[in-house]
Amino acid sequence: MKKRTLNIGVTGLNAIDSPGPGVSVIRALREASSFDVRIIGLSYESLEPGIYMHDIVDRTYSIPYPGAGVDTLLARLEYIHDKEKLDVIIPNFDAELYPFIKLEQKLKSMGIHMFLPTLHQFEERHKVNLNDFGKKYGINVPKSKVIYDLNTVHSLPSEFSFPMIVKGKFYDASIAYSIEQVKSYFNKISAKWGLPIIIQEFIHGTEFNVTGLGDGNGNTMAAVPMRKQYITDKGKAWGGISISDEKMLEMTRKFLKNTKWRGGFELELMKNKDGELYLLEINPRLPAWIYLAVGVGQNIPEALVNLAMGEKVKPFASYDVGKMFIRYAWDMIVDREEFEQISIYGEL
Amino acid sequence: MKLQKNVAISEAGLLFNPVTGESFSVNPIGIEILNLIRDEKSQDQISLAILDKYSTDKATFEKDYTDFIGILEHHNLLERNEKTNA
Repeated sequence: MKKRTLNIGVTGLNAIDSPGPGVSVIRALREASSFDVRIIGLSYESLEPGIYMHDIVDRTYSIPYPGAGVDTLLARLEYIHDKEKLDVIIPNFDAELYPFIKLEQKLKSMGIHMFLPTLHQFEERHKVNLNDFGKKYGINVPKSKVIYDLNTVHSLPSEFSFPMIVKGKFYDASIAYSIEQVKSYFNKISAKWGLPIIIQEFIHGTEFNVTGLGDGNGNTMAAVPMRKQYITDKGKAWGGISISDEKMLEMTRKFLKNTKWRGGFELELMKNKDGELYLLEINPRLPAWIYLAVGVGQNIPEALVNLAMGEKVKPFASYDVGKMFIRYAWDMIVDREEFEQISIYGEL
Repeated sequence: MKLQKNVAISEAGLLFNPVTGESFSVNPIGIEILNLIRDEKSQDQISLAILDKYSTDKATFEKDYTDFIGILEHHNLLERNEKTNA
């Protein structure tokens, strides 16, 4: 029987040392057994590698940065939809989720489906609110404090011991061993991502991640934990291995049950030497290493698309343990005309 | 003394703990000892088996064995069992 073909818009086509999830999400969608795909890349910059990967992305359109506002994004999506008849969009950046959540109902009325957390879920899990989130849902989180003013930095040693983590509201985190370093990271990170800055207790231990999918009713549709094996200087996993830690899966199920999370997610966890787990961050979208989940038997992007389309989806029951992903960089040779096409006309 | 039940030992000498994702390489005698531990042999039984096969003395074996067990414990590869604990 011929499978239906879905036109799916995907963002996050960058693949720098802190790669976007787009290319991995697309690889997963191309391996879906329940549908075929035509992939419409949605890019922010002309040098995002996914734009030029023609066996991955069928056609790409540039879209405006979130700062341009919801109306500007909607106008661009209407133009793209008119040409491509989009069935689904999968946004893959934290910073773009707010406008996409705001547009979810409008896009649905146009026939474009998404499967995103609610605005409440998106705001509540924000790292600025992590302390309250931990208390409310009974999940172990490191102590953290939100600061807006460089002058308040001097009082931090009375509440936190060194080292402490200095985090941006969307991205970036640095370990500070002195007040001078806290100040330096405060200035550096706030210049890039704005205020506030989050100061977080440093947990000594080993980093783990869990990716998965919640159905919005408290059920765990998918969950795969991974230990980072090779970590870049930006803290990104460049290699990892699937593991079977029941405590992590239990924390994941608790997170999904209590928040009724809707959509893909990534939990960033730290396990200390006593085996205690701390939830460091909740990323409200699929991670760049999502293809490992596919490799171990859980095609989470496929399940997410089916949920977005209103299909019944059975939760994944198992996955292979001890499978690794090892990321690599690959130089593509690109004609200048292609670069011009996306840069000048915003389409390729 | 028992090896954590899910720990995988390859013939080539790679030990994989699926709970933590850690891997360790172990030499051939280490593998033999791990397999004896997995078969729930006591320290005395393991000692007899190794001394019977290799030209070493009991004191040297016991020192190396204690060090080896210490490393396994440090990496949480063992679960303690009072009945079989040697």
